[in-house]
Amino acid sequence: MTEKLEVTLRVNGEARSIRVEPRRTLADALREDCGLTGTHLGCEHGVCGACTILCDGHPVRSCLMFAVQAEGAELRTVEGLADGDNLHPIQQAFWDNHGLQCGFCTPGFLMLATAILERDPEIGEAELRIALSSNLCRCTGYQNIIKSVMAAAAAMREHPHPNPPPHAGEGREGAGVGSDKAIS
Amino acid sequence: MKWVGRRLPRYEDPALVRGRGSYVADLARGACIMRFVRSPVARGRILGVKAPAGATLVTGADLAGVRPICPRLDRPDYVAVAQPILARDRVTHVGEPIAAIIAGDAAAAEDMAELVEIEIAAETPVVTLEEALAPGAPLVHEAARGNTLIDASFATPGAAAALAAAPALVEFAFTSRRQAAMPLEARGALAAFDAATGRVTLYASTQAPHLFRTAIADALQMPEAELRVVAPDVGGGFGQKMSLSPEHVVTVWAARHFRSTVAWLEDRLENLIASFHARDQRIELRGAFDATGQLLALDADILCNVGAYSNFPVTAGVEPLMALAELPGPYLVPEYRVRARAVATNTCTMAPFRGVSRPVITAAIERLMDAAAGRLGLDPLDIRRRNLVARFPHTSPTDPVLDEGSYREAMEEAARIADVAGFRARQQKARAEGRHLGIGFSVFAERTGYGTPAFAARKMAITPGFERVELAMDPSGFVEARIGAFPHGQGLKTTLAQLLADELGIAPDDIRIVAGDTDRTPYGWGTFASRSAVIAGGACKLAAAKLRERLVSVAGQALEAAASDIEIIAGRAYVRGTDLGIEVKQLARAAYHESHCFPAIAETGLSAVAAYDPAGTFSNACHVAIVEVDAATGRVAIERFLVVEDAGILINPMIVEGQIHGGVAQGIANALYEEIVYDGSGAILTGSLADYLVPTMAEIPNLEIHHLETVTDASVTGVKGVGEGGAIGAPAAVLNAVCDALAPFGVEIFEMPATPERILRLIRERLAQ
Repeated sequence: MTEKLEVTLRVNGEARSIRVEPRRTLADALREDCGLTGTHLGCEHGVCGACTILCDGHPVRSCLMFAVQAEGAELRTVEGLADGDNLHPIQQAFWDNHGLQCGFCTPGFLMLATAILERDPEIGEAELRIALSSNLCRCTGYQNIIKSVMAAAAAMREHPHPNPPPHAGEGREGAGVGSDKAIS
Repeated sequence: MKWVGRRLPRYEDPALVRGRGSYVADLARGACIMRFVRSPVARGRILGVKAPAGATLVTGADLAGVRPICPRLDRPDYVAVAQPILARDRVTHVGEPIAAIIAGDAAAAEDMAELVEIEIAAETPVVTLEEALAPGAPLVHEAARGNTLIDASFATPGAAAALAAAPALVEFAFTSRRQAAMPLEARGALAAFDAATGRVTLYASTQAPHLFRTAIADALQMPEAELRVVAPDVGGGFGQKMSLSPEHVVTVWAARHFRSTVAWLEDRLENLIASFHARDQRIELRGAFDATGQLLALDADILCNVGAYSNFPVTAGVEPLMALAELPGPYLVPEYRVRARAVATNTCTMAPFRGVSRPVITAAIERLMDAAAGRLGLDPLDIRRRNLVARFPHTSPTDPVLDEGSYREAMEEAARIADVAGFRARQQKARAEGRHLGIGFSVFAERTGYGTPAFAARKMAITPGFERVELAMDPSGFVEARIGAFPHGQGLKTTLAQLLADELGIAPDDIRIVAGDTDRTPYGWGTFASRSAVIAGGACKLAAAKLRERLVSVAGQALEAAASDIEIIAGRAYVRGTDLGIEVKQLARAAYHESHCFPAIAETGLSAVAAYDPAGTFSNACHVAIVEVDAATGRVAIERFLVVEDAGILINPMIVEGQIHGGVAQGIANALYEEIVYDGSGAILTGSLADYLVPTMAEIPNLEIHHLETVTDASVTGVKGVGEGGAIGAPAAVLNAVCDALAPFGVEIFEMPATPERILRLIRERLAQ
């Protein structure tokens, strides 16, 4: 299981060829191999949803998929949500409505909400509450998250967002703080 | 127009919503990864640790010169216990770190850690309070006789007589099961050795960077100057990340020893079993009342299961001593007798978690009020009206002084908004249909913003409390405020920018708050105990007054007017009552680049330093829960949750309400859902989020929040803290509501979380009687 395989991921419209062990999770591949650290890991067992990304338009727990399973799929992460300097309406609504505090769960909620609103722009609050209960937040008590997503839904109905062309990622390509591998 | 009071969107957010936050794990790409090998048993003797071939393994033997964690209280009833950085001879709880593997990446480190062979001669552990206090129980620490780390008592002179003569005694034992703070980002640390300077930079997910630097430097016996601690974005803390753990020390040790960059990134299992827990308490409570419901005396025996060790810096005393001091809460308690103990067990160590003891003591006292009202045939609101403190300042029996508050007013306002009479009619109708609705109240005082006097009263060897702020305006007129406090999700940078903007007469956009870097900020204590807005905010106000004075001096000279005639509004200094003015940015430029013209500020330039160390101020609130209980399944649904809060002057009401939202959600979790469960062998049965039930959006209702504003002179800004109140008040309101709903069955609940299983058992017991 430690022999590395070549995988090409399409992330936010950009192809990225990486070499990973078959056991490498998609979340780890995005974070470590693609440098897209906006996708966070809160539990690594599929409950908290902080690592939620979109895979062919569906919200998935990227900690529960292997990178090799994502070959050929169209992946979208939080880094691809904004259009350059312009925040996506859902990002803007979270900012306007205090939909985040520490920000750790936020990328997962943003991607989950994106999938929900793309699927059903008219979704009502009761259904939305059930759909958003897929993910955990420890800071906000959820009240401003649902308020944010409701506000985003209204804004998106008012000004339909062009079906977002998957944008190039904004991940930092740097090696991170650590680079000295004197011991291994 | 003032900035204070506005719902200003947060400066913190644009980066975070773009996924551009920098949490520790985000910085660790390329670092060596350290994986801890932890004890699988709760108690035993270590016979051997064997590394797999080719592994880099660190054990306790390697750390021979490293000091253990041994926090102190200067009290005769406190037994100090030393926590080894890596266990060498004995293990004391499941999850205790015994060794650490260091490898090139996380997968390799985990593979190697799996292969480490540990031999332990297991012994019978003590897990529960009952086991730990049983005569002849095995000792968790040889030094702690009876497994007691603290045994504190207090009594007013007339307590015994008042209890003996009481017309009515209401008594019960109240139990709170163990809860975990569960920040969504687990703990982590990244230590980078710089070969050029010999310094280590530690990036740590912490609430208290300066304190971590002191503690780690002490443990490793190195000068603090050789260690820089940076707290980057922190994904929630709630108290758990203010305490030092051995893993932090090993991370820095490894970076220095191997002259490398080493990261420890805790996983969720480790966070749930081996970080810190809270709230495992049992309170035997007796309230003496007269026939009118007047509380005459309170008697309490408080037991806190504090786990294996004493947490640094606040020690195992934090829960029992807080409970002892603050049990009377918002009530007039003429006579008070209390004993509070910290009991060591072979379980994960207890540390502060939002509210510290007060969620439990508030639940106990508020259950007492409802139980006494039931016994004496009084309305739950009437018994509170009779006993709430209404004259200020009020000195409680144990000495905390309640400053001006609105205990009665908050409750009356909450009752009015909740429409109690209307609810009672609806409740009767529902009961006729076989549905069980209930309403519950909780009134409490939240001690906030307390400086060294309060911590010194606890006799902490390390006495936190002050905060210091350094303000500097640069030549472009931009202000940097370097603070010792460290926000980790609370939006403090926005809050302080609003406060400073009003004090300085400039826009918050022209202010940047710098926090969380020991190289860049003055020594401070961090963010915990609902202190930062009050104490760091107070220091900001005091420093801003000095900086403003300097600006005014420059402006007076530039405008040829007396400094006393200058006012600064919206970034411009005016001669009062005239149009004559100058931009603050021009003043800043002049102060630096034509400094020879301004000898009055030659020494300070456009900078100022101030510290603030207040005695503390009490916020207060009334929470109301309306619930429906399904008597067939024991399920509780919260239909409505109302908060009337008095936190004094609100700098940013949006942020204040966000703090209440989050606190109440954790309080509801405490009341109904979350429980760390140990089996008899000391193993944790709730090591995943599938078993440890953090509530989702489906369980937490939208809150209605109303504000009262009592002006206090106990805080220079008039601001009271608000970080913990949600978690403190919510459990009591929910439990009282569930009991009210189940009144037809005569069910009284004295244990939380009130899970469906527990509720059903109580209903069945009553039906069987």
